[in-house]
Amino acid sequence: MSTETNPTPETAAAQAAGHAPQAYETVEPTPPVQPAARGMPTVGDELEVDPLLPGAGVPLTATITSVPSEDVAGYALMLGDDALITAQRLGELVAKGPELEEDIALTNIALDQLGAARMFLQYAGRGLDTTEDELAYFRDEAEFRSCALVEQPNGDFGQTIAKVLLTSLYQQLLYRGLLDSSDEFLAAVAAKSIKEVDYHVEHASMWTVRLGDGTEESHRRMQAGLEMMWPYVDELFDDSPCTDLIDSGVAVSAAGLREEFDARLVEILETATLSLPEIPAARGQGRFGLHSPHLGYILAEMQVLARQHPGATW
Amino acid sequence: MATETAAPMTEPAETAEAIVRAVRAVCDPEIPVLTIEDLGILRSVEVEAAAEADETGEAEGPGEGEATGEGKATGETAGLRAHVVITPTYSGCPAMETIRADVQRAARAAGAAEVDVELVFSPAWTTDWMSDEGKAKLSEYGIAPPAGRAAGPIGLSMAVKCPLCHSLNTTGLSRFGSTACKALYRCSDCLEPFDYFKVH
Repeated sequence: MSTETNPTPETAAAQAAGHAPQAYETVEPTPPVQPAARGMPTVGDELEVDPLLPGAGVPLTATITSVPSEDVAGYALMLGDDALITAQRLGELVAKGPELEEDIALTNIALDQLGAARMFLQYAGRGLDTTEDELAYFRDEAEFRSCALVEQPNGDFGQTIAKVLLTSLYQQLLYRGLLDSSDEFLAAVAAKSIKEVDYHVEHASMWTVRLGDGTEESHRRMQAGLEMMWPYVDELFDDSPCTDLIDSGVAVSAAGLREEFDARLVEILETATLSLPEIPAARGQGRFGLHSPHLGYILAEMQVLARQHPGATW
Repeated sequence: MATETAAPMTEPAETAEAIVRAVRAVCDPEIPVLTIEDLGILRSVEVEAAAEADETGEAEGPGEGEATGEGKATGETAGLRAHVVITPTYSGCPAMETIRADVQRAARAAGAAEVDVELVFSPAWTTDWMSDEGKAKLSEYGIAPPAGRAAGPIGLSMAVKCPLCHSLNTTGLSRFGSTACKALYRCSDCLEPFDYFKVH
C-alpha cells in the first residue's frame, strides 16, 4: 500500500502545505515582514516614512530635478561621454568574450558605465534643454567630448584589459575627487558610481597581474596592450577644458590626480612584472570635439537605429 | 449622523494603507522572493488626497467637509495620490523601469488614482539597507546574501557561505555574475556553483 495513492491525513496536509505556491500577489498583498510602528493613516495626512524602513531619516537629496548651468552641463557631458563610449566599446564584446565569465564581466562593466553615462547625460540634458536620448543618438562627432583613450579598439585581450585598467583607474580617482564637488548632483552620481568603478579597477588590475606575470605570450601581449594605449593617457589629465569649473569647485582638477594615478599604476605594473611605457603622448583634443577616426564608426553603430527611426520607442 | 460621517473617512484611510502595503510588497523582478522594501530600493511611500486641497481628514469636520466626504462615498477612492521614491541598486540596473511600472500597477490596483514614482540617486543605495529577513529569503532561494557591511575597502576574499550546504569552503569564480549585483561562486564541498549578492 503506497503512501502516494493513499496518503495519511498528516501526509496530505504536509504535501498540500509544501506545494502551496508563493503567489506573486497583486490584489491581496502579504503584509510586510518589518513591523509597522505607526497607526492607521488618515486621508490628508502625509504618511511618515516608517522609521524601520532602511535608509529612513537620511535626507533625500540630488534628484533629477536639479538644473545645471550650461557650463556644468558641458562638464557633465564630458564625464558622460567618456562613460558612454566606454560602454559602447565594451558592448562590442557581448558574445565575443574569450570565455563565458569574462564575457559577463566585461559586459557588466559596460553596463555600469552605461548607467553612469545615463545619469550624467540626463543631468546635462536638463541644463541644455534636451534629453539623454537626443544627446546620445543625435549628436555628431564634433559635439562629443569623450577622450581618445575610450575610443580605442578592443583589440586582443591584453589591449582590452590595458584600456579598462587605465580608464577605470582614472575614473576612480576622478569620481573620488567629485565626491567633494560643489555641485550636489555630480557628487551624488560620483558616490553612486565609485562603488562600481572600484570593482572595475579590481578586475582590470587582477587581470593585468595575471597576464603580466603569466606566460611569455601573455606578458608580451599585456605589455603591448599598455603601450598601445599609453599615448592617450596624458589627455585624461589635461585641465584646460574646465579651468573655470575647477576654480568654482564643481570640477575636479585632473592634473592634480596624475601623481596618484602614476603611483597606483606603477604598483600594479611592478606586481605584474610589466614596465611603465615610455611612449610620447598623442595630441588629444577630444574635449574640444576633435576625435580619432574611431569615433565615427562607433557612433555610426550606436546611432544608426535611432536615426533611421527617429522618435521610435519600444 | 455620526456613522454617516465616519463611513466616507474610513474608506480612504483604509485604501491609503492598502496602497502603502501594496507598494511595499512589490517584488524585485529578478529575485522574486524579495520585495523592494527588503532590498532597500523603496525609500518612501506617501499617500495623500489628490485634487481636494483642504482635506483635513478629521472625522468630526464641519458641514462642508461632511458633504464633500459623503459626495465621494461611492466606494470610489478617486482622490488618493501616491508618491513613491525609489533608488536604483546599480547605476545601469535594467530592472528599475520594470520596478517603476510594477509600483504604479500595484498602487493603482490598491486604489490610488494617481501614482508618481520618483528616482533618487542620493544617498547611494547600499546592501547595508537589506533587511535580515531579506538576507534569509535570499539564502533560501539559493543566492548567498551579502557577507559583511559595505563600509571599508573591498576585500578580495570574503567568507561566503554556500546557500545549499552552508559550507564556508567556497571559491569566487568571477566578481561579475548573472546580473550587475551578483558574483559567481562555487562551493568546494558540494561542488555546486551559486550566485552571491555582492556587498555594495
